Amino acid sequence: MSLLKMDHIQKGFDGLDVIKDISVEVREGEILSIIGPSGSGKSTLLRCATLLETIDSGNLEYLGEEAAWTVEGKAVYASKNKLKELQSCFGLVFQNFNLFPHMSVLQNIMDAPVRVQKIDKEVAKKEAYELLKKMGLEDKASAYPYQLSGGQCQRVAIARALALHPKILFFDEPTSALDPELTQEVLKVIKSLSDLHIAMVIVTHEMAFAREISDKVIFMADGIIVEEGTPDEVFASNNERTRTFLGNYGNISMTNVL
Amino acid sequence: MTFAEIVWQLAGGMGVSIQLFVITLLLSLPLGLVIALGRMSKNGLLSGFIKFYISIMRGTPLMLQLMVVYFGPYYIFGIKVTNDYRIWAALIGFVLNYAAYFAEIYRSGIQSMPVGQYEAAKLLGYSKGQTFFIIILPQVIKRILPSVTNEVITLVKDTSLAFTISVAEMFTTAKALASSQTSMMPFVAAGLFYYIFNFVVAWGMEFIEKKLDYYR
Repeated sequence: MSLLKMDHIQKGFDGLDVIKDISVEVREGEILSIIGPSGSGKSTLLRCATLLETIDSGNLEYLGEEAAWTVEGKAVYASKNKLKELQSCFGLVFQNFNLFPHMSVLQNIMDAPVRVQKIDKEVAKKEAYELLKKMGLEDKASAYPYQLSGGQCQRVAIARALALHPKILFFDEPTSALDPELTQEVLKVIKSLSDLHIAMVIVTHEMAFAREISDKVIFMADGIIVEEGTPDEVFASNNERTRTFLGNYGNISMTNVL
Repeated sequence: MTFAEIVWQLAGGMGVSIQLFVITLLLSLPLGLVIALGRMSKNGLLSGFIKFYISIMRGTPLMLQLMVVYFGPYYIFGIKVTNDYRIWAALIGFVLNYAAYFAEIYRSGIQSMPVGQYEAAKLLGYSKGQTFFIIILPQVIKRILPSVTNEVITLVKDTSLAFTISVAEMFTTAKALASSQTSMMPFVAAGLFYYIFNFVVAWGMEFIEKKLDYYR
């Protein structure tokens, strides 16, 4: 089943076309990585997919239901209530975590399930602890975000997103704000999510990671998809633009990267 | 007249001063928030009107504003006001003035919040109201507390301006007493009163600041 379908998406800021005609589909359980140089529109695409930005034209579908479509060249969005309903099928992990600093780790994770989804407090708490365990942060439940390392913050942010049971989890450069050591710790956690069978869309600069974890890789540059395919196809590509970006990368042996 | 007697004479006025202070705070703090939201409204007419109101409140003396509120009904509309209206006029004047200042403080705090907090809240499904009251406002309050403390301390001293419309607050009484007794002591007592009052206020605000110190 198709969870997300983006069809001929266009998005510009002040006359500058950031995304030019991009189509992406995400199926159930699929792991999709989006790679590409800075300024290629990867993050903007993700922000359009998560309804943080509005598209200029194109079609946007979640779970087969239309969220946005195009009438006479201009995008029209579904009603607010409809969007809110569709929005509950996905979560987003931000580059700079965006945890709520005034809430403890536990509150950060269980507040939305309790307040938004009206889940019983004890049930939500139990689940929050399970998620923390999965993230290796059982002992941090009562800590506040400022007391955590960047890697720990990002793992809390992942737990917070998972607590709402999304069908798709988007990651917007989840390790770009972290040093190499913390990056590995977060990537390990993301990898461990693959057995949850949640679809994941990951914008990343971690090539080894993208290659290892993904079912599909999209290489974007200048607002278009230059290439897409299995990791092996994209990383072994002969396309000139792809090669320039990847450099020698595709030739590096991939064993024991993580 | 002993110092104790002077203080005893001033006690009634002190009660009025404290009343003015407490009621003004209780009303102007929430009103300021509403005004700040109006100021940031997308409705240009509303935000323009509030901008004008704030500029009047900040651009003219509070003493003058009190006089306008007190004498205005008579001079402008010909309404005869009773003696009881004095304290109401003082309260209305203080609340309108302080709400304007608090509104600007709230606005600075709200606008300093990183957009990521709103985005995270949106993605987690919080409504706009929930986002504001559960995510944004608690953090804003922590950020603006030092500026609010400043205003609150100023308010303690500004209550003395009510003497211009002859509200029987502490300063009015002290002034009357000083001239009838031809003594400096009532002013000393008054100064002491404001100082101790503010000492307590500052201590209270520091207590709240410490309470909110559990996160950064």
